[in-house]
Amino acid sequence: MNTPQNQTRLTRRAALARAFGLGVSIQLLGGRALAGADGASADKRLVVIICRGGLDGLSLSPPVGDPAYARLRGPIAIAPFGQPGGALALDQTFGLHPSMAKVHALATKGQARIAPAVATPDRERSHFEAQDVLESGGAVAYGTGSGWLNRAVAALGPAGRPRALSIGATAPLVLRGQVEAASWSPGGLVGADPRLPAILHDLYASDPLLGPALAGGLAAESMAHVATREVAAAADLSQAADAGMMARAGSAAPPARKGGLDQGRRLGAVLAGFLTQPAGPRVAAVEMDGFDTHANQGAAGGQLAARLSTVDAFLDGLQSGLAQKDAWRDTVVVLATEFGRTARINGTSGTDHGTASTALLLGGALKPGGIIGDWPTLAENRLFENRDTAPTMDMRGLFKGVLRDHLGVERAKLDTVVFPGSAAAAPAAGIV
Amino acid sequence: MTIDRNLAGAIAVTRFGLGARPGEIGRASGDPQGFLTAQIRATGADPTGPHPANSGERTREFLDFKRERNADKQNGLDKASVAKTAKRQLHESLADDFSARLQLGVATPDGFRERWALFWTNHFTVSGARTAMAGFVGPFENEAIRPHVFGRFEDMLVASSTHTAMLHYLDQFQSIGPHSAAAMSRGAGARHNGLNENLAREILELHTVGLEAGYTQADVTEFARAMTGWNVGAENGPPEKLGLFVFHENAHEPGARTVMGRRYPEGGYDQARAVMSDLAASPHTASHVAGKLARHFVADDPPPALVARLREAYLASGGNLSTVARALIASPEAWEPAARKFKTPYEFLVSAWRVSEPTPQDLADVGQVFTFMGQKPYSPPSPRGWPEEAQIWCAPDALVKRMNWSEAFATRVGANQDPIELASNALGARLTPLVAKTIARAETRPEGLSILLMSPEFQRR
Repeated sequence: MNTPQNQTRLTRRAALARAFGLGVSIQLLGGRALAGADGASADKRLVVIICRGGLDGLSLSPPVGDPAYARLRGPIAIAPFGQPGGALALDQTFGLHPSMAKVHALATKGQARIAPAVATPDRERSHFEAQDVLESGGAVAYGTGSGWLNRAVAALGPAGRPRALSIGATAPLVLRGQVEAASWSPGGLVGADPRLPAILHDLYASDPLLGPALAGGLAAESMAHVATREVAAAADLSQAADAGMMARAGSAAPPARKGGLDQGRRLGAVLAGFLTQPAGPRVAAVEMDGFDTHANQGAAGGQLAARLSTVDAFLDGLQSGLAQKDAWRDTVVVLATEFGRTARINGTSGTDHGTASTALLLGGALKPGGIIGDWPTLAENRLFENRDTAPTMDMRGLFKGVLRDHLGVERAKLDTVVFPGSAAAAPAAGIV
Repeated sequence: MTIDRNLAGAIAVTRFGLGARPGEIGRASGDPQGFLTAQIRATGADPTGPHPANSGERTREFLDFKRERNADKQNGLDKASVAKTAKRQLHESLADDFSARLQLGVATPDGFRERWALFWTNHFTVSGARTAMAGFVGPFENEAIRPHVFGRFEDMLVASSTHTAMLHYLDQFQSIGPHSAAAMSRGAGARHNGLNENLAREILELHTVGLEAGYTQADVTEFARAMTGWNVGAENGPPEKLGLFVFHENAHEPGARTVMGRRYPEGGYDQARAVMSDLAASPHTASHVAGKLARHFVADDPPPALVARLREAYLASGGNLSTVARALIASPEAWEPAARKFKTPYEFLVSAWRVSEPTPQDLADVGQVFTFMGQKPYSPPSPRGWPEEAQIWCAPDALVKRMNWSEAFATRVGANQDPIELASNALGARLTPLVAKTIARAETRPEGLSILLMSPEFQRR
């Protein structure tokens, strides 16, 4: 079995698994022209992170101070503040998952906040329908083929419509639409023939699909060279810091997980590299998957904890990269999921599809403050359909607040074009 | 059919099939529809190899891995030791299964039969991304899908829903009726002691009636209750049942169930089985399947008349998939000359090999190529399977990756082949004068092949 040939194959596959085992991809939108006519929003950055699968808000930001929490969750409840594996305190009621240490450090500086009971208008508990509503910004599923982030950028006006770029092999709905989205992902298979792109450019001249895609792809490729070179240079410096952190953590972090964390952090740093180039994008969307925890969800450790560690590392890499270029103060990051999960543990030590969940906001541009929206509590009579965290805030209102106050998208356009028919969902105030 | 026979031959091979091997378009052009219907076969699609591994063997391999992992833990070893080798072997089986399927796709003279099978493996999606699943995707396709693709839809639904891969992928194996004998004896506080509705929900939403049917949360829960007890033979059970379907009467939720307005009296295994019969016969399932087939074979936004024909064929035949396949081939809407489907990475790569390297030198190490193009082997993003839309697959980065791969591939295989002849073999009457002229102007033969592979006509089907 272990012939030398086999070994080579195994090693190559293992390297591949390391490179792509994260389940993360990034899409970016926008160029320098994101600015309105007055240039006020020229340096504003917005990163939207979509967590697919139904991220359990009650684990991301456990309400350990809610009297019903521990009973509903049993062995998968996150322990109270101060206990081993306990939540990292945000206020009297809420903490962050113990895997979210970097985000918690930002929260203590007023640069990370939670909205603990948000939901899209969808109530069907289907991943695909709910993701469609989350990303399209429609009131019902499959109402439109474009995404709200794309329409928000389009709404900023034709004065230099921003160029679009995506990291990740394929484009997610939230960025699909009228504004062209290019894309880029790690792992080049670089070609050598300089003639071929030019030949194809001519061949695709009248092809509405292939022509723009190739042009965008080639532009992204050249930008990526700059971003990855910067990260590689910075990595030499940060390795020393990482080593120090690992030493303090002792044996708590097994080697395999360390690799994933490094990679998450590096990907965040590469995204920061894109966002800080003079002609680079200013709006990005990131997809993460693996949150559908029907079984063996875990608590302080386990399946979900490992995913949240990657999220934390990614956000840390992004924050550090942006801060180095003095861009964090102009940045807002929004992390959201299609729905939350059942308040009660299910029969297989996991949780099933639910309704409201937590949205996470980060950034140097954030206004400090407590939780965003009201907490309905987990009291028996307050659960939605006697099952889920009840929504107290429309996800669209949260997005609208950020788009209005951070990027300067007009309210009228938010109500009609970006989130059609959403006038009743007022933009959340006081976030930026 | 009113279009030119040579064009129809090219469409038969490239749109309905997996792309042309040398001479294939010529063979199809005599009777394009007959060329396709001859590939329909009651015994189903081809297995992916002469001796594909089965679920039982792979279950033993997985149990070995778990034993080694536990032994490592007890011996205080980290993950870098014995179990790691076993884990690699599980992922190695996935790579082997994937390359066997690829080999079949490249070599088969019956491209339509294979495309039809691939459609159904994506309809009943399982993913090998988790270590526990890695060895089971290949056996799932060979055991639950391929034998049934030209049979009754209901049989494939049941085969899928009773296969260890699906029962694990969607957590059904952990679902226990809350009032079942098993739950009662374990006590209320025990771990893993209740309902898991994941498979029941996805059968309704993805495999059968679809969301348009308007079922409710209560229907999902009731169906999940009916399905309790559907499980897989474990190590502590009879050896001949290891890794195969078993019904655990003691985990089954007692009582009658109501799903989508129909009452199903208590009946053990037969209860959920009866629900499945009704789901398979539902007009909603006919619509759902017809729409998906039309989107896969013809256009992301398919002609309603085509969907209506396929739906009618499904309903009139009681879900006989040979009849549905014949209706697809006979539908004039499916033969529109304009190619509207953008190839997925799998379709693109298989068609590139078919025309220019019909006997590939090495398919074992191509996994990373698929991953770079956004289609990691046997790892679809969700139970919904791989998407269909051109907008998704023709993302800028993915297109640049295709270009770079084409160039490297053409450098390797294109030096001794005439690119004009390859273009004629690949596209037949679909080859446009512009593409032919551009290829003729190439500086080198490999450059000519790169242009062919990246041409709008070759990228679409």
